[in-house]
Amino acid sequence: MNWGSILDNTLQGMFGINAVLYALLAIGINVQFGYAGLLNFGQVGFMAVGAYDTAIFASTSTNSGPGLNLWLSIALGLAATLVLALMLGLPTLRLRADYLAIVTIAAGEIIRQVINTPELRDWTAGADGITGYNSPFTALNPFEPSELYGFGPLQFRGNELWSILVGWVVVVLVGCLVYLAMRSPWGRVLKAIREDEDAARALGKNAYWYKVQALMLGGFIGGLAGVMSALNFGSAKPNDFLPNITFLAYAALILGGVARVWGPVVGSMMLWALMAFLGTFMRQVANEGYLPEWLLETADTGPVRFMVVGLGLALLMAFRPQGVFGDRNEMMLEDR
Amino acid sequence: MAVEEPGDDFVAGVTAAGGGAAVGFDAPEPHNPMAGVLDGTEPVPGSAKPDPTLVVDGVVRSFGGLTAVDVDHLEIQRGVITGLIGPNGAGKTTLFNLLTGFDQPQEGSWKFDGKEIGGSSPQKLAAQGIVRTFQLTKALSRLTVLDNMKLGAVNQRGEKFWPALIPALWRNEEKQVEERARALLDRFNMSHMSDEFAGTLSGGQRKLLEMARALMTEPKIVMLDEPMAGVNPALTQSLLHHVKGLREEGMTVIFVEHDMDVVRDISDWVVVMAEGRIIAEGTHASIGENQAVVDAYLGAHHDQDL
Repeated sequence: MNWGSILDNTLQGMFGINAVLYALLAIGINVQFGYAGLLNFGQVGFMAVGAYDTAIFASTSTNSGPGLNLWLSIALGLAATLVLALMLGLPTLRLRADYLAIVTIAAGEIIRQVINTPELRDWTAGADGITGYNSPFTALNPFEPSELYGFGPLQFRGNELWSILVGWVVVVLVGCLVYLAMRSPWGRVLKAIREDEDAARALGKNAYWYKVQALMLGGFIGGLAGVMSALNFGSAKPNDFLPNITFLAYAALILGGVARVWGPVVGSMMLWALMAFLGTFMRQVANEGYLPEWLLETADTGPVRFMVVGLGLALLMAFRPQGVFGDRNEMMLEDR
Repeated sequence: MAVEEPGDDFVAGVTAAGGGAAVGFDAPEPHNPMAGVLDGTEPVPGSAKPDPTLVVDGVVRSFGGLTAVDVDHLEIQRGVITGLIGPNGAGKTTLFNLLTGFDQPQEGSWKFDGKEIGGSSPQKLAAQGIVRTFQLTKALSRLTVLDNMKLGAVNQRGEKFWPALIPALWRNEEKQVEERARALLDRFNMSHMSDEFAGTLSGGQRKLLEMARALMTEPKIVMLDEPMAGVNPALTQSLLHHVKGLREEGMTVIFVEHDMDVVRDISDWVVVMAEGRIIAEGTHASIGENQAVVDAYLGAHHDQDL
């Protein structure tokens, strides 16, 4: 058993690009679900729109790509997430909470199917995905792409390190934004709407418009995850935006603590540290034959770690439903 | 524990029986600045008041085949406490919902201080000075008592998204709002609870909080939907006291209540509804003798063998 490589991988998982992307997705969900009580089950749709619009506008490789400036394309991609939020929110947010959940879960899948469809190949490059648009981003990389950087067991190649660094800066900035928003009277209204929409309306608050705003803000942050994904991988493919991403982001949020500004960030880091740890650990267990082959083969370790994470979440719900940062007493008030 | 001062005309024993700061108070009975103002008003349904603030005309609300509210004409006198009573299913709460914008009628119009307000949303009405409470109390459980109160202030600058991000723009306003909130909590004897989550309050304390929170909107009309429901007798006295305090400050109060002792104690005028219609109006004394009211509550043939 090589504990050194297990530690290396765990730390890299904790700070790697997945932790960045899921932190952003989960912060967005936290704004919507944690503070405003909105159930958005299609956060990955916002991510896809952020990533794909950036890629489509900036791409020169697809036939119809306008080849715009990358930074302008990012702005357009983020603007598109706001439009998506309006499209999903305006018709549903006057209705009961479940309607938004239904509409968003469908929208997330519709978006993925649309970008996958061969008829739109000229714009989206179908299942192959779009590449060749992020050279302005990599050109800014101050690190040597193939060299290892880091201290102790935490090491990244220069090309990864650049997008990871930018990603964490974005996470911190977005976290500060959410912090400012939620400690303001605006955030207080959101929380009031989460508790009881009619009470907020009776006190002069336009609950509908606040919910639209929360959906837009959360969707915008989900779009940032898409942009970071597009910049990091240098490609946008339909299968990067499967529905389970939304639910894994919910898992990260619940793990860290709902309605806590830094809960989703810590939750995402823990989730990906755990995934990396389990992946490496179980592969070694399987390789070295500690367990009989019918129980665990090397090829099984990928799926099995999801099972273990699922079990962990079930135990968390049973014994610490408030997550790492949550306040159990506050949470238990919910049903009174 | 509050000590009763000499000359206090408040019912003896209530402070002692009440206990707890939410109940104990020793303020003198608020006086009624509007006493006698409705003496000359004819006690018939739809009667004209000397200075109506709310005027309802031809409001009809039906759910399928059931006509829940069908009010031809109703005037609410400014600055007095109007009790709205009636048997279960009479349409009192539906009328409340209509007047506060939570429901829209099929027909009809109503005016607030001469201005047409039919079809307005609850938030607009609250900003104009009509605030309500709910039959099932809506304490915002996972907000502190103080945050519940601060939420009540309308048109705060920091409640808009972009200014919210710059604390300097709303810090002063927030301070004023907090001062007002603390003063009101003081008046309702809830200061010691200001940092508790509202979800930890008892049922009666939630009623108090909801009323105090409604006052944060600086209303002209306060509409209370069964303010005394599920509240122990001692706390009822405290709540009654606060309701009379609203009248003393010049607010108009409309309330729905089933407890006739309460109605008798605080209402200057009583409106009786049955099956969606207003069947009687008057002072509580005249209501008690009204045959239509007796019929509505007990059935028209209650004293006959059928």
